[in-house]
Amino acid sequence: MASRDAELIEILENSLADRPKQGLDVLWKLLALPLLLFIVIPLFALFLRTSFRDFFATLNQAQVATAIGLSLITSLATMVVTLLVGTPVAYLLAQRRYRFHRIVDTIIDLPTVLPPSVAGVALLMAFGRRGLFGPFLSSLGINIPFTLGAVIMAQTFVAAPFYVKAATIGFAGIDLELKQAASLDGANRWQTFRYVTLPLSWTALLSGSVMTWARALGEFGATILFAGNFQGKTQTMPLAIYLGFETDINVALTLSIVLVCFSFLILMIVKGFLHRKLESDLELASK
Amino acid sequence: MHPKLVSLFFVIILLGSACAPQAGENHLTPVAPTARPQPRTLTVLAAASLTDSFKELGQRFESQNPGVRLSFSFAGSQQLAQQIDQGAPADVFASASKKYMDAAIASMRVADGTPTTFAQNRLVVIFPKDNPAGLSTLQDLAKPGLKLDFADISVPVGQYTLDFLDKAAQEAALGADFKEKVLSNVVSYEMDVKAVVSKISLGEVDAGVVYFSDYHTAAGTLGRLDIPDALNVISSYPIAPIADGKNADLAEDFIGWVLSPEGQAILSRHGFVPVTP
Repeated sequence: MASRDAELIEILENSLADRPKQGLDVLWKLLALPLLLFIVIPLFALFLRTSFRDFFATLNQAQVATAIGLSLITSLATMVVTLLVGTPVAYLLAQRRYRFHRIVDTIIDLPTVLPPSVAGVALLMAFGRRGLFGPFLSSLGINIPFTLGAVIMAQTFVAAPFYVKAATIGFAGIDLELKQAASLDGANRWQTFRYVTLPLSWTALLSGSVMTWARALGEFGATILFAGNFQGKTQTMPLAIYLGFETDINVALTLSIVLVCFSFLILMIVKGFLHRKLESDLELASK
Repeated sequence: MHPKLVSLFFVIILLGSACAPQAGENHLTPVAPTARPQPRTLTVLAAASLTDSFKELGQRFESQNPGVRLSFSFAGSQQLAQQIDQGAPADVFASASKKYMDAAIASMRVADGTPTTFAQNRLVVIFPKDNPAGLSTLQDLAKPGLKLDFADISVPVGQYTLDFLDKAAQEAALGADFKEKVLSNVVSYEMDVKAVVSKISLGEVDAGVVYFSDYHTAAGTLGRLDIPDALNVISSYPIAPIADGKNADLAEDFIGWVLSPEGQAILSRHGFVPVTP
């Protein structure tokens, strides 16, 4: 009797909720349209201003090819560096009771709110030839500004927080009891990390690294100040786009299109991948 | 220190730095005089190398023409030409090269025949004051291992630098491979001339080539090597009113002021070569 009542109530509620819900849905869709169009239309306009022939002819130019190669190498290196140095920070931040939690959290947020030009000047002041560590580095025969290493440092400074933030959320979402259970069963810290923490948080780590990678790919301000602009050495895609805008608009258009397609594809793939993982997780949980 | 205290400290620093410039500006902004006709704003797009001289020219122009405000946009001439092509609102364009004035004419924003040369500039080699690479002659620019910072070829001074190197390569004393050797020392090509000056002032590179006027502005932090007339590239700066500007009369007045003996004296004080005696 009680279960039939509940069923009836549910049916009633659904039929009542349906009509206004549909109207609301359309309204929401309409309201969502301006921002979506605002982003899509300019990106689409990039494609209209160049022909297939121009695009491929420009793609073959040495300057364009080297910029694409350099961007890929540096941004992937940035991702690897960030994984290595960012994971411990995220792990630390995930332990809420850590004493300096708020200050560490704020430090990690800082690069995302500062203009990248600040990062460029700051890096010069620290690692430049006349910077804080300049004399020490020179005595070791190391010169950082205007090198590939400088590009990677500039990108890491600006892009690493994206990974750290995502990884922190991933780590923090793991049930503490699971880790305690693992250590009760005799797992050491590394084993707990390797067999409990990583498998449970890898989706967060993956999406975080992709965000860092994408941000590194687009880095401009810190790079031009700290690493300079030299074709084949430090001239990444965003720098070539900026210069191309003033000298050869086809270079700017072609590289912009490459960046848009590239970023779109990677983000789509990763999101699709994560989505499937999430669904299988939910299925497991409901069983 | 207590973590809360630490974050409070940071917040205070952040707030302090955010407020400081505003407070300064408030000090400088004069109180609007009452019962004045609508203030008019003249927008001048000027090459980065004109930054200091045009600021001074602008201040004097404002004090001579009450109710007129000058709004400057300083950038590489190639950037300004691009902005003009894209329809940026402006009244006057002062370019560091004929090339980008021609570009503005080509985009129909400047009428053919209206540009006038108002100043000339020479090239000079600059290095950080303490001369870390021990430069004493032009020949030294070809020393292996030197770090040079030039302007990009799209920037007028970058093109002039290459012209200078071409001329220098003809000189027997410097050697035919002078240009290649010098170019192999370049670590970065900057997007405007002021970026070259900054990186050299900071001592991050050993030397670079800029306009004499730029050396003049930052002389306190720089040393220089003169380039002899035979090798130097003298650049001409054209100025013109923007054809569709809203303040045609003021634009003419400003250009007249730049070309006047007083205006030319100011330019000359900033290291430019005046064009009217």
